[in-house]
Amino acid sequence: MGLSFSRVYQSLSSLAFWGKDKEVRILMVGLDSAGKTTILYRLQIGEVVSTIPTIGFNVETVSYKNINFQVWDLGGQSSIRPYWRCYYANTQAIIYVIDSSDTPRLATSRSELLTMLSEDELKSVPVLVFANKQDVEGALSPGEISDKLGLAGQEKGREWSVRGSCAIKGEGLEEGLDWLVNTIQK
Amino acid sequence: MSFKKDEESGGMSFYHDKSTVIQEARAFNESPISPRKCRALLTRIVYLLYVGETFSTQEATTLFFGVTKLFQHKDSALRQMVYLVIKELSTIAEDVIMVTSSIMKDMQPNLEVIYRPNAIRALARIIDAQSVQSVERFFKTALVDRSSSVSSASLISSYHLFHLSPSIIKRWANEAQEAVNAKAVSSSYSGGGNYLSGGSSGYQAVASSSYIMQYHALGLLYLMREKDRMAITKMVQQFGAAGKSGGSVVRNPMAICMLVRFARKVMDDDPNVQKQMHEYLEGLLRHKSDMVNIEAARAICEMRGVTNAELFRPVAVLQLFLSSPKPVLKFAAIKTLNKLAQTHPQAVTACNLDMENLITDSNRSIATYAITTLLKTGNEASVDRLMKQISSFMSDITDEFKIIVVDAIRSLCLKFPNKQAIMLSFLSGVLRDEGGYDFKHAVVEAIFDMVKFIKDCREAALAHLCEFIEDCEFTKLSVRILHLLGLEGPKTRNPTKFIRYIYNRVVLENAVVRAAAVSSLAKFGVCVDDKAVMQSVDVLLRRCLDDVDDEVRDRAAMYIKVLEEKSLADVFVREEATFSLAALESELVSYVNDEGRHGQAFDITSVPKISREQAAAEVAQARPSALESIAASSSKTPEPVASTSTAAEVQSAFSAQLSAIPELASYGPVLKSSAKPIALTESETEYVVTLVKHVFKDHILFQFNVSNTIPDTVLEQVSVLMLPSEGCGLTEDFIIPVPALTSANGSGQVYVSFTREDPASYAAGSFGCTLRFVSKEVDPTSGEPEEEGYQDEYQVEDCDLGAGDYITPTYVTFSSEWDKLAEGASMTETFALSSLESLKDACKSLIEVLNMEPLGGTETPTSTSVHTLNLSGMVAGGGGKVVARCRMTYASGAGVTLELAVRAEKEEAVRLVMAAI
Repeated sequence: MGLSFSRVYQSLSSLAFWGKDKEVRILMVGLDSAGKTTILYRLQIGEVVSTIPTIGFNVETVSYKNINFQVWDLGGQSSIRPYWRCYYANTQAIIYVIDSSDTPRLATSRSELLTMLSEDELKSVPVLVFANKQDVEGALSPGEISDKLGLAGQEKGREWSVRGSCAIKGEGLEEGLDWLVNTIQK
Repeated sequence: MSFKKDEESGGMSFYHDKSTVIQEARAFNESPISPRKCRALLTRIVYLLYVGETFSTQEATTLFFGVTKLFQHKDSALRQMVYLVIKELSTIAEDVIMVTSSIMKDMQPNLEVIYRPNAIRALARIIDAQSVQSVERFFKTALVDRSSSVSSASLISSYHLFHLSPSIIKRWANEAQEAVNAKAVSSSYSGGGNYLSGGSSGYQAVASSSYIMQYHALGLLYLMREKDRMAITKMVQQFGAAGKSGGSVVRNPMAICMLVRFARKVMDDDPNVQKQMHEYLEGLLRHKSDMVNIEAARAICEMRGVTNAELFRPVAVLQLFLSSPKPVLKFAAIKTLNKLAQTHPQAVTACNLDMENLITDSNRSIATYAITTLLKTGNEASVDRLMKQISSFMSDITDEFKIIVVDAIRSLCLKFPNKQAIMLSFLSGVLRDEGGYDFKHAVVEAIFDMVKFIKDCREAALAHLCEFIEDCEFTKLSVRILHLLGLEGPKTRNPTKFIRYIYNRVVLENAVVRAAAVSSLAKFGVCVDDKAVMQSVDVLLRRCLDDVDDEVRDRAAMYIKVLEEKSLADVFVREEATFSLAALESELVSYVNDEGRHGQAFDITSVPKISREQAAAEVAQARPSALESIAASSSKTPEPVASTSTAAEVQSAFSAQLSAIPELASYGPVLKSSAKPIALTESETEYVVTLVKHVFKDHILFQFNVSNTIPDTVLEQVSVLMLPSEGCGLTEDFIIPVPALTSANGSGQVYVSFTREDPASYAAGSFGCTLRFVSKEVDPTSGEPEEEGYQDEYQVEDCDLGAGDYITPTYVTFSSEWDKLAEGASMTETFALSSLESLKDACKSLIEVLNMEPLGGTETPTSTSVHTLNLSGMVAGGGGKVVARCRMTYASGAGVTLELAVRAEKEEAVRLVMAAI
């Protein structure tokens, strides 16, 4: 009896957890001009807005499949990167955006990602990597990006996935979010 | 936990404790956040900041980043509070730039949110100069927004951003102009619903038709055009003029007051527009707002050279306000009348009856002003009654008002010398009352004036002062009084009675006062013509030789010596000349700052001297209120004094300016600069040029102050070409041009340097001067100068370099100095100056050309046919003293015949003076 009661309670509380009030806090970071702000507004209002370099951050609530995501889009300019850490607390998922066509800076992008993942506050938080700008000629494929990042051997304590996307066309974004939802619910 | 609950339910019971607040600020990082809780927390942060609690950079930055997390919530009341806190923290925290994107989003014009004005105001605090350009588009639309709160917020923000990047803000002039002309907003956007739930019901009322943005817009426009007198004049004319519907475009009373102040400034700068501005102000006397009436009346009352006829109407307006039920209006009116009464007592007499009623006003500030005004306007008969009334409430008013009363009485003493007894007893009475230094100082100054100007009360006043120093807690005042006793005491009938008071100070006071007392005693010994007094002073001084303080002992020892030798007394006690303090200070400062000169002792002889009278007048200048009364009672005009005192100050200002120029670093100290700039153009021309000459040891530097008065043109590469006359003994070194000059940025300095080929001789000559520059038009839309310009030249008047540029006027006692220099270099020559029309002209031009000090009043000839002018000066750069005796005769037809005799310490100095004629 006691057992079933606690089960009911668990399922109730998990329902409440995914209810309207609760939001999933997501951090979206990456180097400058990777397309973070474009992805944010593509997800929120379904349109491509004209953007300027983000000095600071944008925060928006995105509803997807009855779940509210509170997405923090932090500016990627090198002067702003040091402040990412101010927003790590309570993060439930990370979206890391990479400009697939910007091969020269891929190494920089990798080291920023690894530095971030080594933080205690983000331990075992799932990471979704968007290999963005797949439509640009000469862009590396998600597989190539994944190889270069080399997450496969290192990241054992967390779920991660590298996926191709094109924010302008809206391709790959929903699939990515689906993966995130599934991962978090596990 | 339950304790915490209580604390929150208490709501208003803020814990005024920084650490608690910082602890609780963790709530900002919670997810989800509670808007209500966070708002209360933010309020506490703001409260702490407002009561003066200081946050370290670290604390503020942590708080700031916590606060940024609140941007996730859409609650508008919370967002407004967030902006308030960001504004406050922006000056303490680091990296506040992090909220830029979030603010910009809230500023979007299509976003009808209540916190848009808050976002704009916060942006102005966090932005830096480079980013101003990127928000230009936002600002231009926000400035003309139909909601007055948005428009006001952006106007004020532009005002605060102006110092960051004036050139960009100046491009917003059209928008600011439009904001002044904006129509009333009948109702602000009532749609948008989403924010109405946020507890913003009071918002609609704010957006009413107060036209407050007109006030802000005028402030911004003034800031943009501040330096352009014409533009300000135009602005007053444009906005002051009545609109089509009869009323003016500008409706906000504060905005009109602002216009009145602009009008005042314009009138001060340019007397030509006074008539027109006066008409405008007269019209405003009938305006329906009290504030505007008062401001306009005040402006007219303070107009330069206002006549009694012009004062009639504003005084009538102020008179009405005197019987207003509102204390503020009464106060404003009486304060203005009080000020006016200083210069135009007759004009204020009309209000005497109303002011009498105010004497008993329950507001003491108003009563004080009423009485002191009446003292100025009233006749001699009413003085007794008023004095009695003042005495009755002196204890009720604050020190500041006591000072006003004392000042009024001081001028009254000089106006009605017959009443001196009653005034003096009043002043000595209040001297015994409790009071701070400023108040006591004012009373002592008033008594000093009485001693100086009213002979009858001298002894009584000195006696009161003696009594005061018996129990005076202010060392500064004791010292001043002791000094005065030393000067005035010996002249009284019974000087010995003061000596006891003075010696008491030696026994009882601190070292500073003791030293002053010793000096004072010694003056009695020297100046009183009585052997017995001298001997007793000698005894007293000898007792001081055992004092514990060095200064007191030194002074005593020196004065004992002085008493023994009469010749020393002449130098140290009776000497009429004293150093010009400002000049002495600037010389000392430049000596201390220049390492290279420390090898030699400071050369005191290079400091110009002035007479004691001049020194006293210089001190009097620092007290304008006293000066007015002195000017009224003595016929002497203070003008010549003014020029000497400022000359010394100008000199030190120049040296500061020149030391900032790297090219001149090796030149050493400035030996001499012209006292005031010489105009090389008319003041009304397109380009105004004035010249200042600086003499260095091996160089001569010409400083041209050039200003461009044409709007919409930029002068670039401004330089001055100087063509020296043959054989002047100077070679040009370099020219330092001004890169760019516009009508807005005031004047720029072009420097032309010459080397003195022979530093021992004094190069003289005349120079042709030509202004050369590249002229460029300014594009009125962008505010940027055009690419192409043309080379142009502008002829200005020639300038001369002569004796006057090397000589500094200095005061000496002529007869003794003349005899002393008898063995030095001397020369006598006779000149016929046929072009001069009178001896007066001759004196004037001699003083001007030689730049020497006229001595003993010889600058004003008493006879029309024969006159002797005695001059003294000091040649810059160690040239030594030079004195000149100019004996002149005048006969009509032949003009002035001058026999000039010059004596100096050095041969060159004599030749320099001779060559100048």
